[in-house]
Amino acid sequence: MAESTGKFLVGVYDDDDVILEAVGKVKQAGVKIHEVYSPFAIHGMDVAIGHPRTRIGIAAFMFGVTGLACGLALILWTMGFDWPMIIGGKDPISFPNYVPVLFEMTVLFTAFGMTFTFFISNGFGPTVKPLLFDPRCTDNKFVMAIDLSKNKLSEAEIATVLKSSGAEEVSVKQV
Amino acid sequence: MSAHHHEAVSVEEQFEFTSESKRQLAIGFGIGVVLVLIGAYLLANGGGGHEAAHGAAAHGAEHAHGAAGHHEYKWTTRLWANLWTNSIYFTGISVIGMFFICYNYLAQAGWSVVFKRIPEAMPAFLPVTGLLMLLTFFVAGHDMFHWTQEGITDPKSANYDAIIAGKSAFLNTPFYIIRLVIYFTLWYGLWRVLRSFSLKEDLEGGTEYYEKSIKFGVAFLVVFAITSSTAAWDFVMSIDTHWFSTMFGWYTLASWHVAGLAVMTLTVVTLKERGYLQAVNESHLHDLGKFCFAFTVFWTYVWFAQFLLIYYANLPEEAIYYRERFSGYGGIFKGPFFINIILNFFVPFLVLMTRDAKRTTRVLKVACWSIIVGHYFDFWNNVMPGTVGEHAGFGPVEFGFILMFATAFIWSVSTQLTKANLIPRNHPMLEESLHHDIA
Repeated sequence: MAESTGKFLVGVYDDDDVILEAVGKVKQAGVKIHEVYSPFAIHGMDVAIGHPRTRIGIAAFMFGVTGLACGLALILWTMGFDWPMIIGGKDPISFPNYVPVLFEMTVLFTAFGMTFTFFISNGFGPTVKPLLFDPRCTDNKFVMAIDLSKNKLSEAEIATVLKSSGAEEVSVKQV
Repeated sequence: MSAHHHEAVSVEEQFEFTSESKRQLAIGFGIGVVLVLIGAYLLANGGGGHEAAHGAAAHGAEHAHGAAGHHEYKWTTRLWANLWTNSIYFTGISVIGMFFICYNYLAQAGWSVVFKRIPEAMPAFLPVTGLLMLLTFFVAGHDMFHWTQEGITDPKSANYDAIIAGKSAFLNTPFYIIRLVIYFTLWYGLWRVLRSFSLKEDLEGGTEYYEKSIKFGVAFLVVFAITSSTAAWDFVMSIDTHWFSTMFGWYTLASWHVAGLAVMTLTVVTLKERGYLQAVNESHLHDLGKFCFAFTVFWTYVWFAQFLLIYYANLPEEAIYYRERFSGYGGIFKGPFFINIILNFFVPFLVLMTRDAKRTTRVLKVACWSIIVGHYFDFWNNVMPGTVGEHAGFGPVEFGFILMFATAFIWSVSTQLTKANLIPRNHPMLEESLHHDIA
């Protein structure tokens, strides 16, 4: 997620339940966790890591409102003012006719907005090489990354904590 | 994680229908009766001497009209129309309890198990509404349903109506009564089957009753897929006999469904506040809130789709439906028409939008009440123009009937809840439901 460079300690786990409990143990030992990578969403993981609550709902709402406003501007201007048209005997400006357009524009803006939000917040892009601490986290392993520059404990101490919390392997990775 | 707290929650709970609750419900029902009597007295005397005298005489002589070849309004029609409105509304809420259980079985959903007894308790009210509808149809069918009038299919009669005659293969009294009986028999019968499985499962355990429930639940869904539409035509759409809408089955189902979900949610929240169902956590409430929110939007979608097509095409025989409700009968239906949209769409849509709102019992209650009251207006607005027209209104009769039906329904649900452990203790999915966590 966040753009970080430096030395990371990477623990690889075999089971989602193990890593979920490990997060608690590691935090209790006073270690700050950078991020956890998993092939699938683990229930309760965001709470366990202590990530702040997502604001994605607010973003979606804002995109929707923007779409609604743009849709209203579009149809009011084209249909109502620039080239008024009477269709089916209805006034050029009649609200019920506009509802489908407003609805579609709301949905369109929300869908595109959320897609781009997803790309940006995950650092995806045509030329960007994604940061992967261990490629197996896209397959069958669960990976916990510790940013050593943000922890007071030594590398050896953190490695012990990770091992005792159930990590199969612990390695150092420079990014 | 929150999962660790569940060990402390007991699944052994017995709902107690206290004598105090019974007393309050009985008083509420009594007030309803008194209100209806007062309202009836006012209607009988308020409509002018001639009408009142005619109304009093009309009790025994339902076929008295026709001399002038026209339909004469009787004040009693308003009572019957109210009985009909409330009956179809509470029929819907009751049958939605069954609908909810069945699609949860079909989806093999686990999360809803912990409060399954609440939707399971709702369909017990069906025989009451079913019998009341039969009674209403027999006594006042001629006053409410245009198509039941004598000679309406007879080309020689002064009453002849070619459009209605064309629909008489479906809309005729014997077939109508057969259908009405079939609906209630199937809905109630299948519910009895599922209910008995559920109670036996509580005692014996195992997965045998679960598997059987899925089979019968799917059977109900097939039945309901057809009967919910045809019932909507029969109960509601046939009042405006000339008019039709191909959206109407969906529209009524959507209305029933969201009203039933709101009643269910409100019951769960109320029970939780009174110390029952402590195993229901915020995630359950969140999902119930999502159900109410989603089907609020679904109802609005269907409502608007029906409206927009008729509005745009502007065919007289279709547009009459909205003309009557928008500007007909002195415009008395215009207010309820907009109240319908406000209470059923804008309030729940805006109130339930955020995540936290769906987890807050106070907010949930506001949204549920809005939906429950709103969908009464929905049915009121569908029944009244075609039955009583300009004589419609909100008076003691309306409030009295609502009170009578609501108290009777609560009584019925409460009685059912006492008959079994409040949490289906041997349901194979119970464990999943107790650990339901959607973060």
